Amino acid sequence: MKKELPEHFKAYRHVWVFVEYEHGAIHPVSLELLGEGRKLADKLGVELAGVLLGADRDTMIEVAAEVWEHGADLVYMVADPILEHYRNEPFTQAVTDVVNTYKPEILLLGATVLGRDLAGSVATTLLTGLTADCTELAIDDERSLAATRPTFGGSLLCTIHTLNYRPQMATVRPRVLPMPPRQPGRTGRLIERALDMREDDVVTKVLRFLPDRDSAKSQLAYADIVVAGGLGLRSPENLQLVRALADVLGGDWGGSRPLVQKGWMPADRQIGQTGKTIRPKLYVAAGISGAIQHRVGVEGADLIIAINTDPNAPIFDFAHLGIVADAIEMLPALTEAFRRRLSVNRLAG
Amino acid sequence: MHIVVCIKQVPDSAQIRVHPVTNTIMRQGVPTIVNPYDLFALESALELRDKLGAEVTVLTMGPPMAEDTLRKALGFGADRAVLLTDRAFAGSDTLATSFALAQAIRRIGEEWGVPEIVFTGKQTIDGDTAQVGPGIARRLGLNQVTYVSAITEVDPAAGTIALQRRAEGGVQELTTRLPALITMLEGSSEVRRGSLPDALRAARAQIVVWNAAQSGITDMAKTGLRGSPTVVKRVFAPPARAEKAELIDTTAKSHADLAEALIVRLYDRRPALETDLLRMAAGY
Repeated sequence: MKKELPEHFKAYRHVWVFVEYEHGAIHPVSLELLGEGRKLADKLGVELAGVLLGADRDTMIEVAAEVWEHGADLVYMVADPILEHYRNEPFTQAVTDVVNTYKPEILLLGATVLGRDLAGSVATTLLTGLTADCTELAIDDERSLAATRPTFGGSLLCTIHTLNYRPQMATVRPRVLPMPPRQPGRTGRLIERALDMREDDVVTKVLRFLPDRDSAKSQLAYADIVVAGGLGLRSPENLQLVRALADVLGGDWGGSRPLVQKGWMPADRQIGQTGKTIRPKLYVAAGISGAIQHRVGVEGADLIIAINTDPNAPIFDFAHLGIVADAIEMLPALTEAFRRRLSVNRLAG
Repeated sequence: MHIVVCIKQVPDSAQIRVHPVTNTIMRQGVPTIVNPYDLFALESALELRDKLGAEVTVLTMGPPMAEDTLRKALGFGADRAVLLTDRAFAGSDTLATSFALAQAIRRIGEEWGVPEIVFTGKQTIDGDTAQVGPGIARRLGLNQVTYVSAITEVDPAAGTIALQRRAEGGVQELTTRLPALITMLEGSSEVRRGSLPDALRAARAQIVVWNAAQSGITDMAKTGLRGSPTVVKRVFAPPARAEKAELIDTTAKSHADLAEALIVRLYDRRPALETDLLRMAAGY
């Protein structure tokens, strides 16, 4: 199976991260990827670059500084009014052009709506390998990218390589990698590239962008404290108990997949393989059995508390602290205990 | 108008088991279903047909038994079904899959008219890649719109389509030109129940079966394992955590006592958390 890398691919060097920049901000997953990309580049002894696309050159130069400060040695920048809103066509053209010109060996993107739309098009245009929705990246002894991802609903993990094609591409799930520290003042190089396209060439037009209402814009993936409920809550009204504890702790709330399937809560609150991956400092799972597909989404939590009536529930295999009890009774008790402690101490302080 | 809907037969993920020793998927006896996301793609196609008049062809690539999936789609009301099946496709990754499907769609176009719209679901529940739709779009030069939550207007005469698309942090309203490839989001419409006449027709219908050559594929190096740049090197079960959860002793304790005991153990194990929680409670 393993062949020598074709000669024309040997010129491909360096690790690149596509920097998802929209509505004036970098998506956090791009910064996470810069942190991971730095490690991969150091292991390979090559440089780390960010690819930054957008409409307004002046603001993008400030954004480039943020990319350097998160570990990049250089930034490839394409500034053109056509790139104001994300559209598949001009973004695919811009990225493939930069790749074909400067030839990276690895290209990483966030497994977001934007990243997955773009990655599939870029990989097909370049006719190279793309591994979706990875949770772990490494470099093996043959300088090959080993991209690991859950499959079959999280029951299995598989490690995928792109052996004889370049670049090796992967999308990585938000929140599975730690956020690298920002190094203020760290700088790098900037390489600008023009987009060879006119607005008339772009068939797709964005008429409007309707931002999500704040209530719907769940920041769950990035919350420090998360409380979630499962079928052990027995009725949708009891989600209130989950929210009450989250409120006292200053955290966010969510639930397991069956609650979405039953229509108890919106899909953007779902935690697990097909929902959000979280990495909070504290995760409280109330009445959640802990099926593998849920585990995949919460393993990055620093401390997991499980409440479940079934002592054999799989959640106790990966939680740190557990109580075998009814979530409906335990949640109000915990809420009350935290409320008392947090307010008492606040007065004392 | 001609619409092609790509669907896939997948194992019902709720019933997947992993062999404890070999770490392989135990497919035996696991029921298969139509990839749930694809049903929204099919429904969108049927709604357009009901409104504007169109022919709907469903296409799947898979083993011969994937015919079940096509009959299901015919039962919902699709007009024609094409099964693309060949041993040479085994081991295809997303790039090789999009190559084969794109070629089959070209061939469908030659037989029954070039489709104005190709629909797929947003992703499958077994592979979860969401890459095949964009791959087909790229190979056929179709305008690509993924994660579509609503189709607001189609004008076949003008060759335009207006849609809403789930983007990062909001919804994009866009227009594009046909032919287009659209991947549909779950919940984009209510999936219909098939009618009795359609069910009867589905049971009797002749399904078009093509192998690689019949679909017009000549370069076999682009299919199956050979045509796949990615290689699965290792498959393994998620490693078990070394220790199980420390359980709070629940004998003869009130829920309030249990809560206290739990918080004490929590702060013992993560002293910094207490400070963090106090800071957050104080609102900064």
